[in-house]
Amino acid sequence: MATTTRTRERSIGSLIAEHGTGIILSLLFIAPIVWAILSTFKPRSEARLPPIPPWPTTGFSIDNYLTLDTFGAGLSHSAQNSIFVAVSSVVLTAIISLLAGYGFSRFRFPFKNLFFILILSTIMIPFQSILTPIFLILSWLGLQNTLTGLVLVYVTLQMPFSIFMMRNAFDAVPKEIEEAARIDGATNVALLTKVMLPLVWPGVVTVGLFAFLNTWNEFLAALVLMTDQSKFTLPIMMTAVQSGRFGAVDWGAVQAGVTIMMIPCLILFLLLQRFYIRGLTAGAVK
Amino acid sequence: MSSISAKAGAMPAAPARRRSKIDRGHWVGLLYIAPAIVLVMVFFVIPLGMTAWMSLHNWPLMGQHRFIGLDNYVAITKDVRFWNALKFTGYYTVIVTIAIFAVAFPLALFVEKPRPMMGVYRTAFFMPVVVGFASASLLWAWLLNVDSGLFSPAAQELGLTEKRFNLIATFNPAFWSIIVMVVWKVAGFTMVILMTGLQSIPTELQEAAKIDGANAWQRFRSITFPLMRRTVALALILSVAGSILAFDQFYILLRGGPRNSTITAVYWIFNQSFVSFKLGYGAALSMVLLVILVVLSLIQLRLLRNPEGT
Repeated sequence: MATTTRTRERSIGSLIAEHGTGIILSLLFIAPIVWAILSTFKPRSEARLPPIPPWPTTGFSIDNYLTLDTFGAGLSHSAQNSIFVAVSSVVLTAIISLLAGYGFSRFRFPFKNLFFILILSTIMIPFQSILTPIFLILSWLGLQNTLTGLVLVYVTLQMPFSIFMMRNAFDAVPKEIEEAARIDGATNVALLTKVMLPLVWPGVVTVGLFAFLNTWNEFLAALVLMTDQSKFTLPIMMTAVQSGRFGAVDWGAVQAGVTIMMIPCLILFLLLQRFYIRGLTAGAVK
Repeated sequence: MSSISAKAGAMPAAPARRRSKIDRGHWVGLLYIAPAIVLVMVFFVIPLGMTAWMSLHNWPLMGQHRFIGLDNYVAITKDVRFWNALKFTGYYTVIVTIAIFAVAFPLALFVEKPRPMMGVYRTAFFMPVVVGFASASLLWAWLLNVDSGLFSPAAQELGLTEKRFNLIATFNPAFWSIIVMVVWKVAGFTMVILMTGLQSIPTELQEAAKIDGANAWQRFRSITFPLMRRTVALALILSVAGSILAFDQFYILLRGGPRNSTITAVYWIFNQSFVSFKLGYGAALSMVLLVILVVLSLIQLRLLRNPEGT
């Protein structure tokens, strides 16, 4: 009897210690994000003062968001650019890697392994080291300073991971399913879109999610390739605001911009967490 | 007899089918991968070749470029600021990788257990990972600001410092602020990778060792860590490669300051190529960085492939 009570006491104690640690650590990791989001609702007069406490104390206001549109080409313009770039990159990455994954998984053709290794090995080479020629190639193609050019570069950078994911997704589908559909007279296109696509859909979501997060947040390529203010994506625009390019640094506005950049990523991650982890572990296990 | 004839009857059909698949595959398969190949060629392979080609030229943004052989590489050997940038990048990489592992490993051990609430904690630790480096840097630029930020005023109000202390005015506080920010942003990522390694270790092994009287540290040292070498190597590769290429946080948060002391290799290449527009020289610098990274990845890949070696 005595021993059972003691173990129960100890287990309650360790339970409190465990969850205490968990809660404190969680708060530490989330605090900067919450702090920034809460402080954006302070009125203009309060925004310059240190955020202690983080929430507005002299009344709620969304002025920090409204002022963002007065900088340069306006934040809503940059937001549109970012949305265009991220969404196009997601769609193109998904389609191109779906096709390539199917090709690599189901067909035999000359130099197949060479092509596959070529695509995968690009992951070893930092794109930072080939930005200058990319800049020149885009201008030869008449795509300098265009969002389309940026999208094409982003999609290329997503290729190794995405094609690897999609080939594995197709490899996991038994060949019999495809053969049965072929006997039923399905054409190549119908086979891929009607039969295979639903089966590899989790892979497509993973690929799309990574493409969104990476392109929405990408900084260096956008900084180098988009020189015209009307083509700025959100990270470039907000860095310009923070560097004082549009007058004295307005920290309230900067945090409003940061909030706008963070929210889509956080929501998508919370909704699609298992697809994200699947992508990470697929890369980790190989 | 009948079985032989059945086999013989089946024989001709199989090769015929295979041949038709090859014929179809020859072209159709290439069609499926064509868009990906075109993209990788135009925006990766050709630029890569061009980087090597441009590095042998004096290549201004406007006007004619001129072949100058290895002159750019000779200039690099004398470019003190590039070597300082490389040195700083190396220093940063070592410190930040140690810091990330020091935080991520305990976190992985903590959240790996299949208990209630652990999923919630895991998600919380992971949230900063999905926020971009640019957003995180802009957020911390504010937190670290001496007048409108959080840390300096809070330290003053708590009586820790007499006056407001500008964290990004001198090298050490600025450098360690970046380390803290990067650990906050990246630890969750390394944690998940390490966690997958931990979860692949059979629980029976741990149980058996426990019964044999091994304490927690002994079990970690003799079972957990050796069985996780592959995962640790992978997390290490990702952390090292990412840190060597660091740019966003130093550009946004410190602008390379104080006094150009936090210029990383990529930052210096960016300055040479896109601020001074010495495209040829920038390409030569890129080649040096590229070789360093490829050599490092090859070494680390060997570690991954041969976990028992040494």
